[in-house]
Amino acid sequence: MRITVNVDGVGYTDDVEPRTLLVHYLRERLGKTGTVVGCDTSNCGACTVHLDGHSVKSCSVFAVQADRHEVTTIEGLARDGKLHPVQRAFHENHALQCGFCTPGMIMQSLDLIADHPDPDEETVRKGLEGNLCRCTGYQNIVKAVRDAAHHMRPGAGPEAEQVTEETRSPSHAGGGE
Amino acid sequence: MTATVEPEIGKARLRKEDARLITGDTRWTDNIQMAGMLHMAVLRSPMAHARITSVDVTAAAAMPGVLLVLTGEDVAEEQGSLPCAWPITEDMLAPPAPSLAVGEVNFAGEGVAVVIARSDYEAHDALAAIDVEYDELPVVLDMKAALADGADLVHPDLGTNKSATWVFDSAEAGTGSDVDQAIADAEVTVTRTFRQQRLIPAFMEPRSVVVDPGGGSITMWSATQVPHILRWMLAAVLGIPEHKVRVIAPDVGGGFGGKLQVTPEEVLTLLVARRLGKPVKWTESRTESMLSAHHGRDQVQELTITARRDGTVTGLKVDLLADMGAYLRLVTPGVPILGAFMFNAIYKFPAYRFTCVNVFTNKVPTDAYRGAGRPEATFAIERMMDELAAELGVEPMELRRKNWIKHEEFPFTTVCGLTYDSGNYEAATDRAMELFGYEELRREQARRRESGDPVQLGIGISTFTEMCGLAPSRVLGSLRYGAGGWEHAAIRMLPTGKVELITGTSPHGQGHETAWSQIVADRLGVPFEDVEVLHGDTQSSHKGMDSYGSRSLAVGGTAIVLAADKVLAKARTLAAHLMECSESDVDFSNGQFSVRGTGTSTALTDVVLAAHVAHNLPDGMEPGMDAESTFDPTNFSFPHGTHLCATEVDTETGAVKIHSYVCVDDIGEVVNPLIVEGQVHGGLAQGIAQALFEEAVHDESGTLTTATLADYLVPTAADLPHFTTDRTVTPADSNPLGVKGVGEAGTIASTPAVVNAIIDAVRHLGVTDVEMPCTPMRVWKAVHEGKERGVPTTPVAAGGLGSIDAQGGAE
Amino acid sequence: MIPAEFEYVAPTSVEEAVRALTEAGEDAKVLAGGQSLIPVLRMRLAAPNVVVDLSNLSELTGVRDDGDSLLIGAMTTHYEVQRDHLVHDHARLLALATDEVADPQVRHRGTFGGALAHADPAGDLPAPALAMDATMIIVGPGGRREVPAAEFFVDYFTTVLEPNDVLVDIRVPKLTGWSAHYEKFNRVAQAWSIVAVAAAVRVSDGTIAEARVALTNMGPTPVRAHGVEEALVGQPATAESINAAAARAAEGTNPTTDGNADAEFRSHLARVLTGRAITAAVGA
Ligand SMILES: Cc1cc2nc3c(=O)[nH]c(=O)nc-3n(C[C@H](O)[C@H](O)[C@H](O)COP(=O)(O)OP(=O)(O)OC[C@H]3O[C@@H](n4cnc5c(N)ncnc54)[C@H](O)[C@@H]3O)c2cc1C
Ligand code: FES
Ligand code: FES
Repeated sequence: MRITVNVDGVGYTDDVEPRTLLVHYLRERLGKTGTVVGCDTSNCGACTVHLDGHSVKSCSVFAVQADRHEVTTIEGLARDGKLHPVQRAFHENHALQCGFCTPGMIMQSLDLIADHPDPDEETVRKGLEGNLCRCTGYQNIVKAVRDAAHHMRPGAGPEAEQVTEETRSPSHAGGGE
Repeated sequence: MTATVEPEIGKARLRKEDARLITGDTRWTDNIQMAGMLHMAVLRSPMAHARITSVDVTAAAAMPGVLLVLTGEDVAEEQGSLPCAWPITEDMLAPPAPSLAVGEVNFAGEGVAVVIARSDYEAHDALAAIDVEYDELPVVLDMKAALADGADLVHPDLGTNKSATWVFDSAEAGTGSDVDQAIADAEVTVTRTFRQQRLIPAFMEPRSVVVDPGGGSITMWSATQVPHILRWMLAAVLGIPEHKVRVIAPDVGGGFGGKLQVTPEEVLTLLVARRLGKPVKWTESRTESMLSAHHGRDQVQELTITARRDGTVTGLKVDLLADMGAYLRLVTPGVPILGAFMFNAIYKFPAYRFTCVNVFTNKVPTDAYRGAGRPEATFAIERMMDELAAELGVEPMELRRKNWIKHEEFPFTTVCGLTYDSGNYEAATDRAMELFGYEELRREQARRRESGDPVQLGIGISTFTEMCGLAPSRVLGSLRYGAGGWEHAAIRMLPTGKVELITGTSPHGQGHETAWSQIVADRLGVPFEDVEVLHGDTQSSHKGMDSYGSRSLAVGGTAIVLAADKVLAKARTLAAHLMECSESDVDFSNGQFSVRGTGTSTALTDVVLAAHVAHNLPDGMEPGMDAESTFDPTNFSFPHGTHLCATEVDTETGAVKIHSYVCVDDIGEVVNPLIVEGQVHGGLAQGIAQALFEEAVHDESGTLTTATLADYLVPTAADLPHFTTDRTVTPADSNPLGVKGVGEAGTIASTPAVVNAIIDAVRHLGVTDVEMPCTPMRVWKAVHEGKERGVPTTPVAAGGLGSIDAQGGAE
Repeated sequence: MIPAEFEYVAPTSVEEAVRALTEAGEDAKVLAGGQSLIPVLRMRLAAPNVVVDLSNLSELTGVRDDGDSLLIGAMTTHYEVQRDHLVHDHARLLALATDEVADPQVRHRGTFGGALAHADPAGDLPAPALAMDATMIIVGPGGRREVPAAEFFVDYFTTVLEPNDVLVDIRVPKLTGWSAHYEKFNRVAQAWSIVAVAAAVRVSDGTIAEARVALTNMGPTPVRAHGVEEALVGQPATAESINAAAARAAEGTNPTTDGNADAEFRSHLARVLTGRAITAAVGA
C-alpha cells in the first residue's frame, strides 16, 4: 500500500505492507532509529511518538494508519541544534541511565505537560504509567518532567514558544483542560 | 589555562553520554544496517522437556526471501558447548550446552531451529512453517522433588539432578567455631525457610547481535555487558583464532547481569554469518527475551540462627537449594556461592556453616542478576534478624546494634574469613533513623494498632553490607572461577593536549564516560571536556574484564588512577629535563609543572607535545606520553548502609503501599554524586520490585506464564515511592580512590526492608512470613489465616514502643 | 514480534465496512483503536486474512446529546470520552472508569466501542456500560439492531457481535445528578483489573433512592450486583447500610482463579471494593 506520511517535518511517500508497524516503518525505512522497540504487548512505551500531536505507542499503530498524518519522533524535537526543554531537563536532572526508555519517556512527558502544564508529583507518575524504565527508579524522571514544565510555562522565556508549536496540531487545539 | 578550579572528583557533573541518548542519535545494536544484511529468527520449543522426533523445514526453506533454515542437527558439529566459567567443585556435573537443541529440549524457549531471510518479517513468517514433532518427557520443576529418590531426571545421562554441593564451614576453615555446637548450646533458636523467587532481569533493550564476517575476520556487535569475555569465549567455544574476532558493545540498554552472558544466539549468528558470508542480524522480541535469556535468583533458603537470651547471636546455619535451570551458563553455578560470604553480613557470628546444593530443572538457566547471590543472602539474614528480634521480644534495631561490628573494630575479619576494611554502621543508622522519623513512625504504628485501623503501618529495617569490586584474582582462583578479576586502563596523551582514556570496563547505563573523564581530569589537571573515553570495542580496548559486580569504579577506576600516575611520572621527568631542574624540585598541580621556589613552570600539555615531537628528550626516554596499567585488587570492597521502609498494609485487601523509604548508604568516596544517586534509585526500584511485584511463574508443564511485560510486573513510576537518600563516608582502604561501588547496593538492601515492613505491620495479627512477591492475595491470606489460627496478639513481637513497654515491665 | 500478512481495507462508510467484512467471511477482523488487536496480531494469537479499519468513519466518533441518553460513537477514543462535557455531566461513572483504563498513549488510540467489543472480562468499560443500562447499536448485513448491555456480553471475549457486525454507537441513558465511583484493584498502575466495581447511586434527602452496581472480572462477563442494589435502595447513605449491602456483592458471580487472585480472594475483594465504591460515590 502506498502511504504518505509527514515525519519530523519531512514528507515521505512509500509502499508498505499493511502489517508493517509504524515503529518498524520509522526505524527500518526512514532510519529514524531514535525510536526503539522494547516489547510485544504495548506495555513499555519505548516506542512512543506523537501522531497528530498526541502520544501513541508506535508499535501499536500500523504504518498504513499514519497515511496522511503527522508523526513527531524524538529526532524531531531539537530545533536548530537547540535541545527541547524536556530534553534539556532530562539531561540536567540525570533522568536517564542506559537511555533506552528515554525517547519514549521524553515524548510522553511532552504530552503530559501539554495536558498538565504544572503537574504535581502524582500527576507525573500517573502520566508516565505507560512507560517502563528499568534503570532510574523514575525519581529523576519525575523531577525532570516537573522541571521542564516549569521552564515551559507561558512567559518562561524563549523555550516556551518552541513548545507551543510542537504540542498540539490544530485539529486538537482546545482539547486540553 | 587548563587549570581545574574545583576538584573534579566529587563533582555532580552532568553526563557526557546524555547528548546522544536524549536526541535519539543512538547506536543500539539493532540500529545497525549494512548492505546485504540478513536477518535471523529463532524457533523456540514450546515444551519444557521433550525428545525432538522430527523437524521438517522444507516448507520454510521454500518461502520467499528465505536463504537458510538450520536445525540443531545441522550445527551439531560446529556449535560446540556454551561455556560455563565457574565449575564450583571438582566433581560438579555439567551437561553439554548446545546453542541449538540437538535431539532433546530441556526448557521451554530453547532454540530448535533458525531461519535466515532477507528481512525480519520474512524470517518470522518462515518460523511458522517449520514443523517440529516432540515426544514429551517428564518435566522437572520443583527442586525438592528433583532431589528425591527416583525423581525424573533433566539429564538422565548425569544420573542425578544434583549438579554440585558446595560447603563452607567456619570450624573447618578455622575462621570460627562449630555451628552444630552453637545450636546444641543455644538459648534461643529460630529456624525459617524463605523462597527467593525466580526473577527476570528485564533490561529494557532486548538483546541483539550483528555479525559481519567480511574482510578476513569476524566482527560482532552485541548488546552485551562483557565484550572481552565474549570474544575470549567465542574463540574458545568455536575454535576461531581469537585475533580474528572483534567484539563491539555499542550503546547497550541496560544489563543488570542479564547481559553478562555468552548466549546461544551470539554463537548462532556468528555461525550463520560465517556460513553465508553475509552480515546477519538477530534481535529478540521481548517474549523471546523473557523465555530464553537467563533468569536470576530462585533459591530455597533454610536458615537457623542461634542466640543467647540477651540477644547476642551465637551461630548461623544456612542450607540452600539453588535452581540452575536446565544448563550451566557462564557463571550459573557460582551465583549462590557469591552469597556464601554474605549471610553473616555485618554481624559478629562466631559459628557459621553454609551448604548449597545446585539443582537442575527444566527451566531456562539462572545466572547473574543485579547483586547475584548477595541480595539473596542479605534478604535471608535481615529477615532472620527481625524474626529473632520478635522471638526475643526486642526492638529489631537494638538487636542489630548489639551484634554488628562496631566502627572502632575495623578492620574486622568475619567468620567467613573476609576482612572488612572500613565502615561505620552506627553513623549510617543514626542518620537514616533521623531522616526517617523512626520514633514518630513507631508511635504512629502503635496508634493504628490500638485503634484497629484497617490500614496498619509497619517498619522494615535492612542494615546491609555487600562485597563488591569483583575481585582479587587470587580469591577468584581459589573459588575455581575461570578468569581473573583485574581491570585495565590506558591513557593516550594526544599532541594537542586532548586525552583518550581506554578502559576495559563496559558501561551500559552507568555513565563511565562521565565518571572516568572526571578521574582523568582530576589526576592530570586537564579539562573534563578534553577527555574521551573509549570502551566496549575489543579492537580499541583490547584488554578488560568488563562491567558487573560493582567492580567498574573500584577496580577499573583504580586502573585509571594508576595509568594517570604513570603518565605523570614520565611527564615529571621530562618536565624537569625541559625546565633544567632536578625532578625532586618539580611540583604538579592543576595541569602545571613548576619548579619549587621559582616562577618557572610548564603545562602538562607542553610536556606532552615535547614528548610527542621528541626533539629534546632525556637520554633513553621513549617518545610519547602514553601509559597503561592493570590493577588487581587485594581485597573486595564492602559498601554498607541502613535502609528503612515504612509500609501501609491494607488488611482488608492485602494491598501494600510504601509510605516512606529512607536509605543512607556508605559507598566510600564518591566520584559523581549525581550518578551515585541514580544508581541507588534504580537499585531500590529493582529490589522493591522483587519484594512486591516480580516473579517468573511456570505452570505445571513448565511453560513460563509471565513471558510478557503485561504478566511480568515491572513497576511503573506510579507504583514506586519517592526515595529519601543520603550518604555517610568511610573511605575504602583497598584502593587509592577510597571507593567501594554502588551498582548493586539499592537492590541488595531494599528487598528485606520492604518485606520486614510488611511483616512488622501485621505481625500482631499472627503473621510471621509472606512469600515474595508479597501480592495482595498473599498478604491478605496471611492476615486472614493468622486471624483464623487465633494467634494471639503479641505486642512484644511487634517491635516498636509496644514491645519496649511490654519488655520493660508490663509483666 | 511481527504480525502475519493480511489484506487491509479502510472503508469510508459503515455499509462499506459491513460489505467488506461479509465478503471476507470468518477470517476478517474489525480494527478500531488497535490497542488490543495489534498486540494480539503481533503475538500471532490471531491471523485474520482481512483487517477492516474503521478509522476513516468519522461518523462513529464523538458524543451526542439524544434527549434522555447520550449517543457515544463506537470509535470515540478513551481520551475523548475522558474529557467530554456531556459524559462528565450525564455519565460520570463512564468518565471515571475510563480514567482507569490503561495509560495515556493507549487512551489516545483505544476506543469505547473497541473496549466493549473486545469483551475482556478484566476490561474496565463493560461493567459501567452494564451498570448504566447502555444499549449497543449494531449494524450488520441485516441492517441495524439494538442490544442491551445485559445481553451483549456472552462469554470470555465473546459478545453477540457476528464477524460481519459493526458496533456503531452506544446509547447511554443519562444519570444526571447521580454520584458515581469506579473502584479498581490491580497490582501495578498499567495493569488490568483484578476486580473492579462500578457504582452509581442517586441519593435523595440522605436516602439512597436508586443504585446501580456492576462488577469487573467477577466472571466471564461483567456482572450486575442486583443483590447489592436491592439492599441499598431505601437505606440511609451511611457506612453501615452500605457495608451491609456490599456483603452481597459476590452473589451470583463466577470468579476465576489466576496468578493474581483465586476465586475466594476475588469474592472477598468484590465485597470490600463494593463497599468502598459506594462509600466513595456518596461521600459517606
Ligand atoms: C498496555 C495496555 C493496557 C491496557 N489496560 C487496560 C485496562 O486497564 N482496562 C481496559 O479496559 N483496557 C485496557 N487496555 C485495552 C484498551 O482499553 C483497548 O483500547 C480496548 O480494549 C480495545 O479498544 P480498541 O479500540 O483499541 O480495539 P481494537 O484493539 O481495535 O479491537 C479490539 C477487538 O474488538 C473488535 N472491535 C473493535 N471495535 C469494533 C467495532 N466497532 N465493531 C465490532 N468489533 C469491534 C476488534 O475486531 C477486536 O477483536 C489496555 C491496552 C494496552 C495496550
Ligand atoms: S515497544 Fe511499543 S510499547 Fe513496548
Ligand atoms: S534509562 Fe535505562 S531503561 Fe530507562
